[in-house]
Formats: sequence, C-alpha cells, structure tokens
Amino acid sequence: MSTTFRALTQRIPRLGFTLRQPSVAIVQQARCYSKLSAAPRSSRRPTQYLLCLPLAQSRTLSQSSAVGHGHVDPPKPGKELYVTFIDKEGAEYKIAVNNGDNLLDIAQAHDLEMEGACGGSCACSTCHVIVTDQEYYDRIPEPGDDENDMLDLAFGLTETSRLGCQVHMTPELDGLRVKLPSMTRNLQESDFKS
Amino acid sequence: MVSLTRARPRTCANWQRTLNASLSAFVSRGIASSSSPASLPPSHNERPCRIAVIGSGPAGFYTAYRAMTKIRGAKVDMYESLPVPFGLVRFGVAPDHPEVKNCQDKFEEVAASPDFTFVGNVSVGSPSDHPDGGAVSLASILRHYNAVVFAYGASMDRTLGVPGEAALKGVYSAREFVGWYNGLPEYANLAPDLTQGEEAVIIGQGNVALDVARMLLEDVDVLRKSDIAAHALGALSKSKVKRVHIVGRRGPMQAAFTIKEIRELIKLSAVAFHPIDTALIPSDPKQLPRAPRRLMDILLKGSPTTPSPSSNTTKSWSLDFCLTPKQFLPRPSSPSHLGFTEFERTSLSPNPFDPHAYALGTGAAVQIPSPLAFRSIGYKSAPLHEFADIGIPFDAARGVISNDGSGRVQHEERTRGAAMALASFPGLYCAGWVKRGPTGVIASTMQDAFATADAIAQDWAKKDVPFLNEQGDGAAAGWEGVQLETGVDRANVVSWEDWRKIDGAERRRGRPIGKEREKFTTTSEMLAVIR
Repeated sequence: MSTTFRALTQRIPRLGFTLRQPSVAIVQQARCYSKLSAAPRSSRRPTQYLLCLPLAQSRTLSQSSAVGHGHVDPPKPGKELYVTFIDKEGAEYKIAVNNGDNLLDIAQAHDLEMEGACGGSCACSTCHVIVTDQEYYDRIPEPGDDENDMLDLAFGLTETSRLGCQVHMTPELDGLRVKLPSMTRNLQESDFKS
Repeated sequence: MVSLTRARPRTCANWQRTLNASLSAFVSRGIASSSSPASLPPSHNERPCRIAVIGSGPAGFYTAYRAMTKIRGAKVDMYESLPVPFGLVRFGVAPDHPEVKNCQDKFEEVAASPDFTFVGNVSVGSPSDHPDGGAVSLASILRHYNAVVFAYGASMDRTLGVPGEAALKGVYSAREFVGWYNGLPEYANLAPDLTQGEEAVIIGQGNVALDVARMLLEDVDVLRKSDIAAHALGALSKSKVKRVHIVGRRGPMQAAFTIKEIRELIKLSAVAFHPIDTALIPSDPKQLPRAPRRLMDILLKGSPTTPSPSSNTTKSWSLDFCLTPKQFLPRPSSPSHLGFTEFERTSLSPNPFDPHAYALGTGAAVQIPSPLAFRSIGYKSAPLHEFADIGIPFDAARGVISNDGSGRVQHEERTRGAAMALASFPGLYCAGWVKRGPTGVIASTMQDAFATADAIAQDWAKKDVPFLNEQGDGAAAGWEGVQLETGVDRANVVSWEDWRKIDGAERRRGRPIGKEREKFTTTSEMLAVIR
C-alpha cells in the first residue's frame, strides 16, 4: 500500500491530477512560466498574451501531457521566439519559446490540446497543425516521406498541414501561427463502410 | 413506472412513459419509482460520476482519459479479461513498430490517477476464457455505475466461407497469426508450420495483411530486439517462406492498406517487390488527390531490389489484384494439407480507378500453389452474451453496438404514434472498434474515444439526461459494489500494481537477451508473478 501511495505522489506533481494540492502547484508553475515568457512585451499589447491554462481545464488530466513528453525550457530574456497556437474555438495562445523547440513539446508544455500519441516519433498524426500563413509554411524545411505518409492519414488535411513534432522553431519562424484542428469530429457516412 | 429509456426530446416526446422492461429488470434495484426530469438530482455534478469501461485497449484508455479530463470527479474502473492491459497495443501492433506503442505512456499516466482503478483478469458478461480468470455479470456492472462504456474491441474474425477454409492444415487467420507472434495467450500454441514450402498467400490487402507479410519477409535479426514472442522468433528463423502473394479482390485504387506500411515493405533490405499491373493505375496519377497520388507513386516506383528470375536467392512479394478466393485445395500428396488456393479473376466496375469500384467475377479461375495461406479480411466484434437478455441491440451485419455515432447506445422503440424512433439507453456508451467497426489506426480510435467521452460529459452536464443508478441514497458503489454482489474471488483480480509487477518481470526476462521485454504467453505465467 505504501508503495502505491508513493508511486502516486511521485506521479501526481508531474501530471497534475484532479484536485490534489500538487496539481495546483504545477498549474501555478506553468502559469508563471507563461507570464514570464510573455512579460517583456505584454505591457505593450496585453491582450495578445493569453495565459495558456484556462482555469476550467487547469485541474484536469488534460495537462498530464504537459510534462509527459512536452519538455521545454523557458527562453532566456532577449532570446525568445514567438509562436501562436489557435485552438479549435479560435482562442489564440502566443508563447515565447526557444530556438529548436518543436511544436508538439511546446503545445504539451502549455496544456494545449495536442495528443502526440506516438511520443513525437512521427508514427501517428495526432499532432497535426495547420500553418495559417503560406509564407511561413514555405520557410519550414520540407516534410520527409515519413511525415507525409502520416499527414496523408490526418483528418482535415490542408495544403499547409504539418506534424507538430517535426516543426522545430528557428529565428526564421519567429511569429509563426498555427491552427489546431478539431480533435473530435462527427462521424461521417464513410466511417460506416468497412 | 420506471423509465429507463433515454430519448432525445426531439425524437421521442413521451419518453417518460416508455419502458424497457428487460433492462429495468436488471438495473431496477438502484432506481427510484419515477425518473421524470423534475425528480432527478439538481445536478449530476454533485456526486462523482462512476464509469465502468469494459476493455483496456486504446479505445478504453482514451475514453477514460478524456472522461476524467472533462468530468470533474469522474471515477473510472476499467475491466479487462486478461491479466495484462493495453489490448491490441500489446497484442496487435507489430513488434517492429515500437514507436506506435508509445501511447502506452499516456495510458500509464491515466492509470496512475487516484480516480482510476484497473480490474484485470475479470471478464464481463461472459465466462473467462482461461481457468484462473474471474468473471462478473454485466447486470451487476449496470447496477453499480452511472455510466458503462463498451470498449472491448473485436474479438472475432471475419471468415471467407469457402471450401477448405476450416479443414485444411496450413490455412490460418491473420488474427491468430498476429496473436501468436505477439504472445496472446489464446494463440500461444498455434505453432504455424512455416517450413512446408517457399510460397505464402495472404488474402486481404489491409495493414494487417502487410504486417503478416513483413513478419514473413523481414530479416529475423531485425525482430530479435523487439518484444516478439520467443516461440515466434524460433519459428520465423526456421521459416522457408520466400515468396509472398498479398491478394485482393479489387485494385490499388481501392486497397485498404496505407502508404506507411507499403513503404516499409518496399524498403525491406534484400526483399524485392514485383511490379504491379499498371493498367490498374490511372494514366495521369498527378491528377489524383494527395493521398492516392502519393500511394500510386510509390507503387509505380517499386523497390530498389529487383526480383531475381530464378527466385532462389531473393525474398520477394507482390500485390495480386482482382482475385477473389473461391476455395482452398488439398495437396495431392497429402490431402489434409493446403496445396493451392483457387481464385476467380474479377473486373472492376464501373472502372478500375473509381475508389468505390466493386469487383465482378469473370469466371476465369486462377490457382496459386502454396502450403500456407492467411485469411486477413478483417476482424469482427461480437455481442456480449448478456446483451440479448438485457435488450442491448447489436448490429450483427456491421459488427457494432447500435449507437448514435457519438457512442450513445441506441435502440429502436415505438413512439406514441406507432412510428419507430431511435432512443438512447441511459448511461450506456461504446467506443473503438465495437462502436465503429474494426478499421483505423490508433489515432482514429483516439478521436473516436474522445467523441464518446465528450458525449458522456455533455450528457452528465445536462440535468435532464438520466444516467444509471442516480436515485439511490448515495453514489454508485462501482467496483466495490460489484465485488460485494458477485463475490468474485479477489485472488483472481489483477490490480494496476500487480500489472506493474508482471511488466517488471517481463522486462527483466528480456534484458539478458537484449529485448525490451520477453512477454509471458500464458495467463498462468503472468499470474505466477503476483502470487
């Protein structure tokens, strides 16, 4: 029994499970991080810098992914690159990140709804993102066969779709904006054909 | 009278009057005498939502995960008939696809929640298929939860129904072959004989068929470090198979395989791909939509290794299109063994390039000699034994539980005007292959499971949607209640802690031989670890 409890208490801070004290700690940590990273410019355009953890979600399992795979460090002042995620409700989350961070890790570290079922190994399509600006899309190194093969299976594929795990931030991509496709969809007629 | 039928107001206005007597007989114990919306608790949210998930594969885990995320205070108990979790992630995903199994990390996180309980080695609604497994009735589950999610997948096989299929040695189902190489206890003793000749026929062109082909063709040394079952490694290293025919009724434009799996086969080192019949590919593939265009490109390009004319040295495979199986024929020298598979050639109507074209027999027979044939035409879900008694409808033709597309279990019922309308059972949901049929990758199952969990969350948030067992004096008792009622032998139950011990033991077994794990392939070995 004591091992069970230890196992749980070790895990909970990492995962932020329901309503336990450690989960609150993690939320605050993440929120501070968001604030910190957005702070330098937030005085100028405050509305742009949304916190990434709407309270309604903050006590839930959804942030379990935050530290599961999404391991990113806060950028040093002056070295920030910015990426904006637009969720399926249209809410925008502008995040300061480091050169080299990939979009899956960033999204998970900020509790955005991106699954990454294969752990970022380009073996599923659950971290599908849509680059909103063709110009930015063209600046990202071209997808390889493996990524394209997975994109072929993605729901709502567009001409500017990418897998988040394969897009790494660079100074050229500073200001990148990506949309998160809906995670769930209504089943279509074709789903019922074998 | 008790109303246990939840109808959407727009489909059935008089739902308070409706009665599903068979379901009520099973679950009436916890339900008060009226279930009109006015008498429901002011909010479902005031008590924890107790959810039973039947099945511990990706559909079950992703539903649990999403429901625990979306419903505050949700408590999930997950029932699994085997002592080990993860369903087809453990027993279906090919051993050389370890990255696909990374989703288990997420499942581990879910299972670590204090709101999650794993009830392993306990079968629901039918007797356990192994002697040391426990079983509880579905009726008992329905009495102790607010919501029940059927996520038990597809335990059966579609069959061809052609002569020789069941009788001849050498005809296997892909399902049993996949289970065998992945260490599924049910098929641990399959012992397929791969030494009778060089040719093998796989009937079906889905990704499971390509998995089977890859296991037969791949250099066995590549598999040594995987978590493939030891017995399979032994048999595959003695295999004589060199030439694999992957046969389908239709053409490349209609095939079910996906490009990743084709690319893997094409890239196998020292394995040749026989060029495909280009008449079945549109003359200008560039006009096609992205996914079929890329697939046609790779099929036309072929493999770096070319088939050798003598076929003695190189392993090779082909996609044999437009052939429909007619019968399995015995070997003249040994009438109990497969010798040939006979097909009828088909033509595609209205044309070979229409993705929805169907295959019409032409009358021309084609025989492929081989001592081995694998039927890989799809899995099939089966209803739980108690469904008929309780009145839960199962769509036998499609092999799914009847549902509204979002996972709410539905049945037809007569409305006041004697017209038939679809109505939902309170608290019953389904997810995964038993909801939408046995197709799709883990990502599609995830989406589908999320849709089901969202439906539960939406219903739970509404005051007037009835769930199971809400009128009692306290919260539904969940697994504790089921245990008390059924008296299931606790010694037979595998907890998550127990699974972690089994997991640890498998990893330790694998270490000396450089494998991630050496799976136990019998339930008694698994249970011996924790006893």
